Amino acid sequence: MKHRRKITLVACACLVFSLAASSFVLHRVDQLRPQATLDEVLFLSSPKVIKRASLGYDGLMACVYWTRAVQYFGSRHHYYAPSYNLLAPLLEITTHLDPHLLVAYEFGSTFLAPKPPDGAGEPQRAIQLMEFGIQNNPDNWKLYYDLGFVYYLELKDYKKAAEVFERGSHVPNTHPFLKIMAAQMAQHAGEYQTSRMLWSATYQTTQDEHIRKNAFEHLRAIRVEEDVEHLQKAVTRFGERTGRLPASISELLAAEGLSATPADPDGHPYKMTPAGRIEVRVPDDFPFATKGLPPGYKPKYAPLQ
Amino acid sequence: MPAIEILGLEKTYSVGFVHKRPKCALHPLWLTVEDGEIFGFLGPNGAGKTTTLKLLMGLVFPTAGSARILGREWTDPSVKAQIGFLPEQPYFYDYLTAHELLEYYGQLSGVPAKQRKQRVERVLQQVGLRDVQGVQLRKFSKGMLQRVGIGQAILHDPKLVFFDEPMSGLDPMGRREVRDLMEQLKHEGKTVFFSTHILSDAEALCDRVAIIHKGELRGVGAVEDLTSSVQAKVEVIWQGTQIPSAINALGAECYVSGDRVRAIISDSQQDAVIDSLRRERLRLIAITPVRTSLEAYFVEKLRRAETTAGTTA
Amino acid sequence: MNTRIAHIASNTFREAVRDRVLYNLIAFALLLSGAAILVGQISIEIEKLVVINLGLTAVSLFGVVIAIFIGIGLVSKEIEKRTLYTVLSRPVRRWEFIVGKFFGLAGTLVVNTFFMAIGVFAALFYVSHKFVRADALILVALYFIVLEFLIICSLSLLFSSFSSPLLSAVFAFSLFVTGSFAEDLRNFAGMAHGLSRWLATGAAYLVPNFSAFNVITSIAHEQRVAGQLILQNTLYALFYATMALSGAVLIFERRDLK
Repeated sequence: MKHRRKITLVACACLVFSLAASSFVLHRVDQLRPQATLDEVLFLSSPKVIKRASLGYDGLMACVYWTRAVQYFGSRHHYYAPSYNLLAPLLEITTHLDPHLLVAYEFGSTFLAPKPPDGAGEPQRAIQLMEFGIQNNPDNWKLYYDLGFVYYLELKDYKKAAEVFERGSHVPNTHPFLKIMAAQMAQHAGEYQTSRMLWSATYQTTQDEHIRKNAFEHLRAIRVEEDVEHLQKAVTRFGERTGRLPASISELLAAEGLSATPADPDGHPYKMTPAGRIEVRVPDDFPFATKGLPPGYKPKYAPLQ
Repeated sequence: MPAIEILGLEKTYSVGFVHKRPKCALHPLWLTVEDGEIFGFLGPNGAGKTTTLKLLMGLVFPTAGSARILGREWTDPSVKAQIGFLPEQPYFYDYLTAHELLEYYGQLSGVPAKQRKQRVERVLQQVGLRDVQGVQLRKFSKGMLQRVGIGQAILHDPKLVFFDEPMSGLDPMGRREVRDLMEQLKHEGKTVFFSTHILSDAEALCDRVAIIHKGELRGVGAVEDLTSSVQAKVEVIWQGTQIPSAINALGAECYVSGDRVRAIISDSQQDAVIDSLRRERLRLIAITPVRTSLEAYFVEKLRRAETTAGTTA
Repeated sequence: MNTRIAHIASNTFREAVRDRVLYNLIAFALLLSGAAILVGQISIEIEKLVVINLGLTAVSLFGVVIAIFIGIGLVSKEIEKRTLYTVLSRPVRRWEFIVGKFFGLAGTLVVNTFFMAIGVFAALFYVSHKFVRADALILVALYFIVLEFLIICSLSLLFSSFSSPLLSAVFAFSLFVTGSFAEDLRNFAGMAHGLSRWLATGAAYLVPNFSAFNVITSIAHEQRVAGQLILQNTLYALFYATMALSGAVLIFERRDLK
């Protein structure tokens, strides 16, 4: 009996020790391989092959790949990655497995087209994805909206955007917004007002938090650009009237008849450089703004190696 | 009407994967078992006893021949309701209890629900398993399983019962119980057909036996007839230590112990020996016929079969 | 005849239960509850989609595994263990034995599926907090899954009637996989010529076509299933199962039980 007791103790001790040791070593191994789960390799990249391999359980596999796509983009976006090579394949596989997974199309339209680090920089693939979605879900007006979005925002192809909005406006139970946008394209393409309408619509209709956050940032950027443009015009007017630049922003404001300094959406007042440029105080807070940035400004975020 | 008529049943297997060789498990067998008797089917291991039983049960299909059981074709399903079968080293659904197994088998045999309960109780009592009827069969010993096997064979009150090696694996107590049971069955008017390689059991129980060896029938008949067909022996005991030369000349086996001599002679030599003793004035103490055992018959038959096979080969 | 089949069926069910097959329900429940709780953190708008997809896929896969692993032993185990001898020495026809075993296994799976269905609806309620009319479609998906089980049971029984458990498992599983590609086989047959065309066409019709039964994805999107499809699938499953069972009976009737 004593002999048996001894063996039991030794075996238990071994078990506990090896469990702790193996966990510790695994932790170290994980640290050595930062993107262990989904490195830039997709072993099975053919949607057709994966569909076959799912043995009919496409719906579940679609959910799995969708989750992977979201995690992939989300984690890389966190580090301002310079490329998102796998996003398009992942979304293509997802939609191939389940052509009715609408949220995947929405995600693709928002994040496939823009250039890195905001997106994968593949507007053509985004268009392909959306057309595939429309083919399989012809009565879903949102898909037309998302496609038009890509044409408008990334490719600035206002004619095509108008066509797509027009197509979508004929879908049964469509949102009246599409007809409005089709008309808007014709006259006010490229204007802040139009962009704001688009981004507001996206913000209000989406349920994906990434997309919503993205839309919100764009709306902030539009507000900043409008303000900066407005103020810059005021500086130009001042210069035409007085023949010189305003000494300070207060002088400019007095000339315009404004009591308080206009502030950016974060509440920080705009500033004016000695050269007469209107700038935001913290450019990093407005990643999508193209106006009001200091000359030679480079985003602080470091691209992923 | 005979209980069983085996009409030339034959079974040949083809053995081998690529080159098929025929292996004859049973040569054409012709045998009749009368109603109400205990019939022993004897033979060494591999002789074809189990094959014969499986053929009769319809578990295996004959290469040729047929059989009649209780007057009907052996393939007639209605026959099955009248017969019981205990296979060799039986194994039953081990997740069932003894009670459940008998219930299930009663259902399959078509015993009406009302009678079933009584029968199951009675059979459990009869085979001595009443106290463990709620225990799962996986916990049963070999002897207990054998008893369950007998129970399921007699549960539906069949007219004819087939037992394949019913004593195998049992201790002497168990074997005695099985023997008593078989006697009981005969007493109830049932026919019992059982196979065994233990000759003493057959000798004690059977009315008639058949001997099978290497798939061929070697002999059939009542036990006494068979044993008597072997040269009957007689034991002669006389006083003294002398062995008359005449007796020696007969080639008798003589044993001297104390002041007596014991000699085994053949039945036909009896008169010659008595005369010889009288001439020598030796006192005869006893003359007793020696009961030849079935074993002797068995061994002789088999040896003869081997030699015939040897000469014909 | 009917009572004997019923008795064999209920005994087969009893065996499955005592073999602790129904414990798989515990694993299923754990899987589904874990998923239901986790899924809320992954993607908000597709929780319901994930629960339905995962739940029904699990019902299907668990059932297929059970159907194969119990089915392959139904006959061969009885022959190997010789429990069959005392059964067949009774007035039980060999075909009754096969049919009884089939109903016993199918019954086990139906009961199993019933409990799993409760689990799926419970998980659904947990993530959605209410039921909508479209949720009744899940019952259609479950019905189709049960039809699939009938086919697989019959195939397992067929293989069990002549082959060892290991080989039977391999055959049954291969047919399950091939059955998912049945439509590809037909397409291939359409494109092939000559002998391969005949072989492929034959194979395409012999192999069970499971793609028609898999409506999990469309039901997750609340798409209705045509009544015609329900009828046709039912008929297909019944005919196919009958075909496989007939094969099993033919083989078993002739088999020497050595």
